[in-house]
Amino acid sequence: MTDLIELDHVSRTFRVPGGTITAVDQVSLAIGEGEAMCIVGESGCGKTTTGRMLAGVLRPSSGSLRYEGQDVWRKKGKDLSAFRRAVQLVHQDPYASLNPTRTVFQTLAAPIYRHKKAKGTRDATNRVRHLLDVVGLTPPDDFLVKYPHQLSGGQRQRVAIARALTVDPRLIVADEAVSMVDVSIRISLLNLLLGLRSEMGVSIVLITHDLAVARYFAREGRIGVMYLGRVVELAPSEALVSDPAHPYSAALIAAIPEADPRITRTKGRVELKTAEVPSLLALPSGCSFHPRCPLAEPGLCDVRVPELLSLPGETAREVACHVAIRERRPAAELLA
Amino acid sequence: MTPILAVRDLSIDYRTRRGAVHAVRDVSFDIEKGETVAIIGESGSGKTTLAISLIGLSPRSATITKGQLLYTNERETVDLRTLPGDELRQFRWRECAMVFQSALNSFNPVISVWEQFADTGRAHRMTDTKAVHARAEELLELVRLDPNRVLRSYPHELSGGTKQRVLIALSLLLKPQLIILDEPTTALDILTQRSIIDLLGQLKKALGFSMIFISHDLSIAAELADRMITMYAGTVVERASVTDLFYRPRHPYSLGLLRAVPRVSGVIGSLASIPGSPPDLIRLPPGCTYAARCPLAIAACSDREPDLVPVDTPRHDARCIRWQTVAEQVGSADVAVAEKIGSA
Repeated sequence: MTDLIELDHVSRTFRVPGGTITAVDQVSLAIGEGEAMCIVGESGCGKTTTGRMLAGVLRPSSGSLRYEGQDVWRKKGKDLSAFRRAVQLVHQDPYASLNPTRTVFQTLAAPIYRHKKAKGTRDATNRVRHLLDVVGLTPPDDFLVKYPHQLSGGQRQRVAIARALTVDPRLIVADEAVSMVDVSIRISLLNLLLGLRSEMGVSIVLITHDLAVARYFAREGRIGVMYLGRVVELAPSEALVSDPAHPYSAALIAAIPEADPRITRTKGRVELKTAEVPSLLALPSGCSFHPRCPLAEPGLCDVRVPELLSLPGETAREVACHVAIRERRPAAELLA
Repeated sequence: MTPILAVRDLSIDYRTRRGAVHAVRDVSFDIEKGETVAIIGESGSGKTTLAISLIGLSPRSATITKGQLLYTNERETVDLRTLPGDELRQFRWRECAMVFQSALNSFNPVISVWEQFADTGRAHRMTDTKAVHARAEELLELVRLDPNRVLRSYPHELSGGTKQRVLIALSLLLKPQLIILDEPTTALDILTQRSIIDLLGQLKKALGFSMIFISHDLSIAAELADRMITMYAGTVVERASVTDLFYRPRHPYSLGLLRAVPRVSGVIGSLASIPGSPPDLIRLPPGCTYAARCPLAIAACSDREPDLVPVDTPRHDARCIRWQTVAEQVGSADVAVAEKIGSA
């Protein structure tokens, strides 16, 4: 798989009352062509900021974003607008991202006209019909004249996905795109996104706080786990879920309640040293997980920032943990 | 044993310009002492309307058109609907407390946590401020918070998980028999969610109160519930023990929900969403309200709304004329539904 887009040692700081926070710190991430990848983490971990930088809507404070090998933030004119079309962002909340005064047709036709993807009204209408069909809003003619308030949450999210597709993107960054829809229809939206990948070859990065959703979505791809602005683990989905290499991933996976009484009531736990999450304004030294980590070693973890490195013998599994790398074993096994 | 709460044939309508929304229809269930019941269903299924009515806090646009809410304590059985306003206010929090979905909005933002406790105490005629303070300290310790720090804090100074803990502590102030929790962990991060689930489990064991959970999240129910109620279009479509509902569901909607939830451990299974959307609660379709979305529906399903009937396992009811077909599909082994159907 060739890399389509790449974040290279990207950081982003924000000024907040009380100082400056580093929301994303030295993150490197390459998305392959046609890859379905997930970024997971708890609130404040920097996953949304990372997604926004990946989509090119937020400029990194340092580091670079490369599209087909070229630095995006040095692009100008035509090259820049080609990038803008190639990468589309789908937001969490379709109530907020769709204009309530525009019909579905108007919402979808605007970017088609703007990017000259159609000649004349008839051509545009056909294209809109086709897109509605692709996102499962059928028959399309029933939806053309609907306003957002006349649609269900799931249907609105489908319109938002159709809008992203108007410009034939090569990467869709979907930020919590299924979190606000009912459980009963989440899978169909995930399947829709996965279908776009297999049928149109679009790469998709799904940002979510839900590891079960991540596992389902990235079952043929990778999951990246973020903690306080850094990627702590990046691995093939099944390996990450069944045998997490970073102690934080292991704690998350052990903590997730499962929709199966027998499994969930007998699950092992990973006890953290404290439930307190450090403030981004005063990050701990060394590995920022060390104050909570059951594997932390004084003199090592509180001193040096661990790099994201391949677990020895398993190049596909990367982990930012001194102890797991030294012991050559995933944290899940060290904690067992 | 008399249940501490018996809901009988409860129906609630909302008045709107388009007509009456039948949000809750003929709902009946019992809550025994010390029991945890989870009410599940998607948005619009009536679960929150039902929950709010159980503590007599329904909004003015809602009318209870029918039914009884029978609470039983050591002394007497009362129907919540017949209580005059003042008695209802005393009853609330003393017999039954509620932890609302949005922890942030449940606090008065301009008073400290201590004042929230003091206010609640005063409203319920606890005149001894010292006693209220001692009780608040005791409860905050019970929910693993530092009373000295938290009592002085204002709501905005607390994290989401801490606020949820304070609300749980506050709900316990008058030692209610029943606590109702509406989506208690929805807005919380995974590790915080886990600590709240564990806390609720421990509190229940230590204090012996009953709980009703309202949730669209099946995994919270799998963690904590003894029994489950599935609601659809305002009515109960299935009532079962937690193991029966997860491993031997008998209503196609419960089955559909179970098959729609991705898992972190075990096999991925064959997952599928439920097609379509819930019916218009103003103009309900004739017959079974789920028929339009149901893969097992036959012509007879649209004739009349099925009754909630006992099925093949004890204390288990389903509102479906085809429950035997559901039973054939899922079998009886204690493995997750998605897995069974995936391997079949």
